[in-house]
Amino acid sequence: MEEHGGGSPRAGRRIRQVRELGILLALVLLVAATTLTDPGFLSAQSVQDLLLGATLLTILAVGQSMVLITRNVDLSVGSVMGLSAFATGTLFVSFPGLPTPAVMLGGVLVGTVCGVVNGVLVAAARVPALVVTLGTLYMFRGIDYWWAAGRQINAADMPDGFLGLARVTLLGVPLPALIAVAVVLAAGWYLRSYRSGRELYAVGSEPAAARLVGIPVDRRVFAPFVVNGSLAGLAGVLYAARFGTLDATVGTGLELEVVAAAVVGGVAIFGGSGTVYGAALGALLLSTIDAALPMLQVDSFWQQAVVGLLILVSIGLDRLLALRTARRLRGGGSRGA
Amino acid sequence: MGPEVDTPGTPAAPAAGGERTAAARTAAPARPSRVSALLRTREASIIGALVASVLAASLLVDGFASGRNAGFLVLDIAAIALIALPMTLVIITGEIDLSVASTLGLTSAVMGQLWVMGLPLETIVPLCVLLGAVLGALNGILVTVVGLPSLAVTIGTLAMYRGLAYVVLGDRAVADFPFSWTGGATSRLPGTDIPWIALLIAVLAVVFGLVLHATPVGRSLYAIGANDEATRFSGISVRWTKLWLFVVSGTVAAGAGIFWTLQYGSARADNAFGLELSVVAAVLLGGVSIFGGRGALPGVLAGVLLLGTIRNALRLADVSSDVLNIVTGLLLVISVVLPNTLARLSERRARPAPPS
Repeated sequence: MEEHGGGSPRAGRRIRQVRELGILLALVLLVAATTLTDPGFLSAQSVQDLLLGATLLTILAVGQSMVLITRNVDLSVGSVMGLSAFATGTLFVSFPGLPTPAVMLGGVLVGTVCGVVNGVLVAAARVPALVVTLGTLYMFRGIDYWWAAGRQINAADMPDGFLGLARVTLLGVPLPALIAVAVVLAAGWYLRSYRSGRELYAVGSEPAAARLVGIPVDRRVFAPFVVNGSLAGLAGVLYAARFGTLDATVGTGLELEVVAAAVVGGVAIFGGSGTVYGAALGALLLSTIDAALPMLQVDSFWQQAVVGLLILVSIGLDRLLALRTARRLRGGGSRGA
Repeated sequence: MGPEVDTPGTPAAPAAGGERTAAARTAAPARPSRVSALLRTREASIIGALVASVLAASLLVDGFASGRNAGFLVLDIAAIALIALPMTLVIITGEIDLSVASTLGLTSAVMGQLWVMGLPLETIVPLCVLLGAVLGALNGILVTVVGLPSLAVTIGTLAMYRGLAYVVLGDRAVADFPFSWTGGATSRLPGTDIPWIALLIAVLAVVFGLVLHATPVGRSLYAIGANDEATRFSGISVRWTKLWLFVVSGTVAAGAGIFWTLQYGSARADNAFGLELSVVAAVLLGGVSIFGGRGALPGVLAGVLLLGTIRNALRLADVSSDVLNIVTGLLLVISVVLPNTLARLSERRARPAPPS
């Protein structure tokens, strides 16, 4: 995947567009096939459910993409989301008088703190993110269990106004989905239009070179972890609002699905390329598969196998496009491997 | 702690091969002498931590220091220990195999389904081992022939193999295996508290250790991890080596799946869910670099045993297993952050002090 990290910007952009169009096409085909089988799939209610279902994964995939672009990874997101969700519920239980927005902010802040911990460990100590976030995956989850101590927080413990957030719709689109769209657009705009956003790609393509040209690499590595933590916190808050039932297992094992969404969406796992729009499409595709399989009369046990196959196909596609681009740029038949 | 598992963990001599490569690789930006000195202590320090925690647990925790408990401890970590052996070699070459726990689960599901279909276990077991080899080969082909990054490939096959496990067995559980097999899986060596699986782990550990630390193949693994392009030019077939490693990894994971199924007497699609992270954690805790090129098997065995000891001791001491997660995570983070920070500090100290 190194090839298109450093390749000509036009070639890189074309690959991304081809990729995003491909996912879009797959999504359209999937929705069309499912609707033909079961017209109810496009009913307002089921579209709303679909969007709500995709919301959390999309938000998490956006944050993860920013981390992946810098050639790092955050495996702790599932644990962070779980911790934030439980913190949100606990705040409602412990301080019944607290206004809902303050509690939501508190939940997001818990995620931010986790992100800062990851960021400091990775950026300041310069240790591999895979190891650090594997460690914090266990730590945050452990803290969650220790704190929850077997307790469960139920919808009855939280105010109706908060739980109703998931049911508020604007022109038929649920509020959480709108929040996810806003997150995607904001992150996409930042990565595209801000110098520091562009520099994330430079850091991910070639960290040593980025350091040499004067990019503050440590800071550029640190920031995405914090953003990702905050977004995982936001996802935790939205989880609490939507499901109302919280225990220490919330978000267990989610990290790989999040990475999968980003990878399917064309974010290279070794940094330097990809967009948050692609990642969001990847998240939407995975969620749609989840919803469509039962309607297509496919045993839902197939879902995970399909997801796995999709990941393999999409990284294979990446490889193919990258090789073709590299060959065209070099004007010869040399292979990247 | 059964003495049989200690044996492969203690000899420090073979570690030297790994360290040399490691020092050559990581020391470049810093002062070689101090850093290599630090690195030389990596395996030593993890083994030290293991000895200290075993001593502490024996003194502080009632019932820890008994042969019976050591037997349980070994059974508890058996699957992780088995899978960690090939994982060490894979990570030393700079690759990773995250699909191992899913391979275990798929093997378990197939085993259950074949048993329901009426095949005898004598036939099922070799078929399942073969299945593991095929699953590993698929990983290997995607990585070496197609040239995809192993992290992405094995995240994909992690999902796919686990998914296939559900396709094969659904959410059913097959539990009517004959006692001669399930009881046999957890049986002890005659006259001792040592489960026979400990013997198998010890033998495999010696085999993997010898291959890694005492053969040209082992040296080539470090070379591949340090710089696979240069290794290729030196005439070593990087592709074949990696392909074989993935096959071995899949095969061992399938073996662990068979053992797991018999040990718990239950074939389920979700067996060992998430175990890949525990294996990777144990290997990294044991001092293997995630970037490849450095690490040693004695360190990894100490890492596996350290996690097992802590889990076992905390459970006996009635400390909730939640704390174990925190301890596991902390250990992992400390084991990478501490040496790195110390190396950077000593590097800074070695430089002329900047005007401040």
